Amino acid sequence: MSNKEWPLYEVFIRSRAGLSHRHAGSVHAADAQMALDHARDVYTRRNEGVSIWVVRSSEIIASDPAESSAFFEPAADKIYRHPTFYEIPDGVENL
Amino acid sequence: MTNHQALTKYLFRLGDNALILAQRLGELVANGPELEEELATANFALDYLGQARMFYARACELEGAGRDEDEIAFLRGEREFENFLLVEQPNGHFGDTIVRQVLFDSFYILQLEALAACSDPGTAEIAARAQKEIQYHLRHAAHWLVRLGDGTQESHARVADSLQNFWRYTGELFDGDGIDDLMHSAFDGPDLQRIAGTWHDNVGKILQQATLQMPEDQWMDGGGREGRHTEPFGYLLAEMQYMQRAFPGASW
Repeated sequence: MSNKEWPLYEVFIRSRAGLSHRHAGSVHAADAQMALDHARDVYTRRNEGVSIWVVRSSEIIASDPAESSAFFEPAADKIYRHPTFYEIPDGVENL
Repeated sequence: MTNHQALTKYLFRLGDNALILAQRLGELVANGPELEEELATANFALDYLGQARMFYARACELEGAGRDEDEIAFLRGEREFENFLLVEQPNGHFGDTIVRQVLFDSFYILQLEALAACSDPGTAEIAARAQKEIQYHLRHAAHWLVRLGDGTQESHARVADSLQNFWRYTGELFDGDGIDDLMHSAFDGPDLQRIAGTWHDNVGKILQQATLQMPEDQWMDGGGREGRHTEPFGYLLAEMQYMQRAFPGASW
């Protein structure tokens, strides 16, 4: 086998119906099918999921850390955008 | 032989196949080609081990001689194991392991499917549970065989060789004896004739996708059901049983 590493895939797992997929980690794989198998074998061994998404890490468009002040800081002092001014009703677990 | 004895023996054999394959795959822990693949292999080994345990426990219960699954696994000699020769074959290179898994799991899944509908509820329950595990094992191994067979010239040549080398151990899978007959007639268990046909079709489809030729009819090895094994088997047992032989009754 060549020493070239397989491409990286990011793994997203839905832990149960009704919740959204969350980033769980990453796996190396030679193709998409293998990435799905590897994600299953590495990240759902202890019954962690009901659905898996995998995506090539290179396909993810990420924000640039150098731009973070322009990107995120303007939102920091706008507390009126936060839903903190009303009570969350009892029994609502995932809002 | 009574129906009860046949069922007991049949369960011991199912346990033997699962245990020996678990031991073989377990050898790959810390020797896998890739981290993710190694983890998958370890999962598979543990699945087979769990199945062996359940089959043995049920067989011991039916036998009623006070033996337990540890005694069955660790304190029997070579001739007392009645697993297929195919499952005891060494891992070889990665392509060898994959071909062995495809050939065996393609049979095992059909065997389990039939057993899940048999008339002994204890056996049916274990088979139904194992069936789901093996469905995934087979999917995994079949995908790999397609990748290797339809991959590079070298990977194709290597798995074509593996296929040729393992083929002689596939005849035994369908060459049943009186116990298989009783399992079929008295408990509505697997019909080996029918399974042989389906196995050929299913394996043929995987091989076709992998651009591999199905080997021609040839001389078939056998004897696993009578406890006659190939040479590598003794070494496998020696390693597997060493701890219990050296320190009888050791546990943690």
